[in-house]
Amino acid sequence: MDSLLLQVLNGLDKGGAYALIALGLTIIFGTLGVVNFAHGALFMLGAFCTVVLNTLLKSSFQSAEPTGVDFLGRPSFDDILYVNHWFGENVGNFIVDWAVPLSILMAIPVMLIVGYTMERGLIRHFYKRPHADQILVTFGLAIVLQEIIKGYFGANPIPIPAPDAYAGVLDIGTYFGFEPGAVSYPARRFVYFAFSVVVISAVFAFLQFTTFGMVVRAGMADRETVGLLGINIDKRFTTVFGIAAVVAGLAGVMYTPILSPDYHMGMDFLVLSFVVVVVGGMGSLPGAVLAGFLLGILQSFASMNEVKAILPGIDQIIIYLIAVIVILVRPRGLMGRHGVMDT
Amino acid sequence: MSILSVTGVNKRFGGLKALDDVNLNVEEGTVHAIIGPNGAGKSTLLNCFVGRLTPDTGTVLFNEKSLIGLAPHEINQAGVSRVFQTPEIFSDLSLLENVMIPAFAKSNGAFSLNAWQSVEGQTSINEEALEGLKDVGLDSKATMLASQLSRGDKRRLELAMCLVQKPKLLLLDEPTAGMARADTNNTIDLLKKISGRGLTMVVIEHDMHVVFSLAQKISVLAQGHVIVEDRPENIKGNPKVQEAYLGGAHL
Amino acid sequence: MTFSNQKQKDYLITALFAVIVLLAPILLQPLGLGFADMVQKLAIFGIFAIGFNILFGLTGYLSFGHAAFLGVGSYAAMWAFKLLSMNPIIALLFAVVFAGLFALIIGFVSLRRSGIYFSILTLAFAEMSYRLAYSVLTPITNGETGLQLVQSDPRIIDTAVFGIDYGAVLPTSSLFGIQMTLYPGFYFCAALLIISFYISVRIFRSPFGLMLRAVKSNQNRMNYTGLHSRPYTLAAFVISGMYAGLAGGLMVVTDPLAGAERMFWTQSGEVVLMTILGGVGTLFGPILGASTIKMAEVKLTEQNYQTLSEAFSFLPLGLQEFMVSVASWFTGDKWHLTIGLLFMVIVIFLPGGLVEGIRRLAKLVKRKITKKDQSDTASTVAAE
Repeated sequence: MDSLLLQVLNGLDKGGAYALIALGLTIIFGTLGVVNFAHGALFMLGAFCTVVLNTLLKSSFQSAEPTGVDFLGRPSFDDILYVNHWFGENVGNFIVDWAVPLSILMAIPVMLIVGYTMERGLIRHFYKRPHADQILVTFGLAIVLQEIIKGYFGANPIPIPAPDAYAGVLDIGTYFGFEPGAVSYPARRFVYFAFSVVVISAVFAFLQFTTFGMVVRAGMADRETVGLLGINIDKRFTTVFGIAAVVAGLAGVMYTPILSPDYHMGMDFLVLSFVVVVVGGMGSLPGAVLAGFLLGILQSFASMNEVKAILPGIDQIIIYLIAVIVILVRPRGLMGRHGVMDT
Repeated sequence: MSILSVTGVNKRFGGLKALDDVNLNVEEGTVHAIIGPNGAGKSTLLNCFVGRLTPDTGTVLFNEKSLIGLAPHEINQAGVSRVFQTPEIFSDLSLLENVMIPAFAKSNGAFSLNAWQSVEGQTSINEEALEGLKDVGLDSKATMLASQLSRGDKRRLELAMCLVQKPKLLLLDEPTAGMARADTNNTIDLLKKISGRGLTMVVIEHDMHVVFSLAQKISVLAQGHVIVEDRPENIKGNPKVQEAYLGGAHL
Repeated sequence: MTFSNQKQKDYLITALFAVIVLLAPILLQPLGLGFADMVQKLAIFGIFAIGFNILFGLTGYLSFGHAAFLGVGSYAAMWAFKLLSMNPIIALLFAVVFAGLFALIIGFVSLRRSGIYFSILTLAFAEMSYRLAYSVLTPITNGETGLQLVQSDPRIIDTAVFGIDYGAVLPTSSLFGIQMTLYPGFYFCAALLIISFYISVRIFRSPFGLMLRAVKSNQNRMNYTGLHSRPYTLAAFVISGMYAGLAGGLMVVTDPLAGAERMFWTQSGEVVLMTILGGVGTLFGPILGASTIKMAEVKLTEQNYQTLSEAFSFLPLGLQEFMVSVASWFTGDKWHLTIGLLFMVIVIFLPGGLVEGIRRLAKLVKRKITKKDQSDTASTVAAE
């Protein structure tokens, strides 16, 4: 039992990332009718926002006065972090420690700008083109974005530490009546899960309770009619795209302590997220979230030794296998409507 | 002898009864029109003939063989061709190619892996296709792309695609919808010419001018039910028909 | 538009193509791209792209999993080498047959859906193959090391029928004693490329090809016209899978090593790039796209600070520095950036690919010439 619980927990953080990326993909597809293969790249850009902020916060200058002598007897200087210099040791260390969550503040405007630029500069011209063209041009864009990142940050993963406050492990088993130490779970994973739940709720609340959200939902249900009602959907598309970009970016920001970001992380997640979207049902937001968590958890179950003993290799292919089965048996996915891309 | 006989066909969409115990007999060599107010189930009925829909109950016999459960291409291979309400053509192919494809389907069957000879080498098919285009007056545009045609010409092309297969039964779904009067008259003449060759046709049509100048028999469909099946002269002035169209407001 | 004319035209096109291919080592010499490895690669990827185009170009079905067939072809050829013989023909037969069978199974399932669902199905199957090749199927694929020749391989046909004993050295593939490396290897690939090209010409011109274009144009009408579209798409899928298998087999023939990375989805993406770049649904497009990408890869990666500085040496010093730093973003290990940008430009501005570009250019030139002719005649008339 305790190992089952651990697998569910292990699946939650990955599932959260899938759900967040798939949510954005679905919003874009549902409202704009665009299949965005560059969405994984947005996730990656978010992660690199953290890398940038982390580097910036750790930028330092040399102390003016020598602070000691090195082994050759020459005076040596300490490197002083700017943040420590400005805010004092305590606040400075705190800021550096909390670089990952702080990156959210940076990622929101950055991703908004990226999303706006993408929609205005490129996606806008592809609304009327066939899906194949959309896939191809965004695929090209994804390559370009990831190569630029590779150019600046190199090809190797860049480790990002979680804040001390949640760098440790949670002895979560005790809450469920297991022995202490039976289920130890990295706190950063739990934080990510909680974070994804918060972001998902925020998106849903936004769509549910604001006028803007109402128009977007109406647009997803029936774009033509909404257009006929005299609501200018096109104007709002840019914002919709920006929001989807922010969601993907935030997913990337908070994922950095779990997976050290590298330039191709976006592509890795993109393929899986598309599978998630299809399994959830093209155009269904709750479906995307549900399928995200479901596939995350299933994936971690499949990697249990007991399961692998029965079905060798299943951990490698489980997601794709499920995608194949869902597309063949129920092409509209778990919660999708009939007739969406159902040809 | 009836070439198409429909007995007791029912079709439900959820709570809506689209077809209610429909009976229909199409005599060989005649033009049979199906008319009725909007939503009477005309298109649903036609879709049951070509395999797009499967009736819940009832039989559809074509030349004494059941069409139910057959795939669209099998029904076509049996000798039933259909013209759609909005022309279904191969837009990015030339007119000649558009007509050659059904000609190949007729001569080579539903699938043939003829991947070595060239299309241009198939002289008889080429001639047949050109002949088919001439039949509808489009032979001068043979090398044009189908997408460049006017709406009326697209319908004519689709008709040529059906005729080149020499079908035993031709189904027409509103062949003159959205046409100008002159174009409509041209189409009537064309269809008259075709029916003169003894081809059996089932026509769904709103335009009574078309119906009465073509049909030898008319079935009136209302709320999924055939209320009258009779010769055109008997349909005119039939109180049941008036009621179906005008909702009881007698003339 | 008579029978003999069309056929003659096809022969002419193929002959022209053959001449260019056979002369490729010489033609590409001035670019520094005539070396054997390079031209082998061009021929092999040309075959891959031509095959992909038969599916995507004609039917419009966008497969994102064609790398799987490349991989299966490689492994099958490798096993033919190990178990039967170092004869490349046997190995390629193995490659084509196994890739074809594999394509038959995957196509049968995937073609039940179309559009993006089809793309995702093919992607899913290819990813599963790739991952299984690294994990459970290690006995067949030799996992991350890749499948290699070893001295103790049985090679029954070679030993039993021909009585060849390779002794202590690792054998290379050879056809009637000719080693399939360097230029002989290229000419072997080239011959197969020319044959592949001619087959694709025939398919394009045939009734079968017409039906495939009908699938792309209007599948609904096709079915109501008495044609069963599924076997057509499946046949196209299997044929293009066999082309991929042939390409995978040739990779092994020229360099006996098969690794699972050949099945990774980026490889599938690459053949899509090649076909789009060159021109989807055209005869020459895929090979043009494949050559462009493969040549660009070599040319761009071999640039470094030194070569770039030389290239911009005609500029004043400051500007030279600047240009070198700009260019270094698009060359060396960052060449993918150039390809990505080029690809975007093509999709946005020139959906017909390079072939379309050439066509437009030719039209422009033609118009200019005729204009000039007209003005020339006009002036002569005026002079008279």
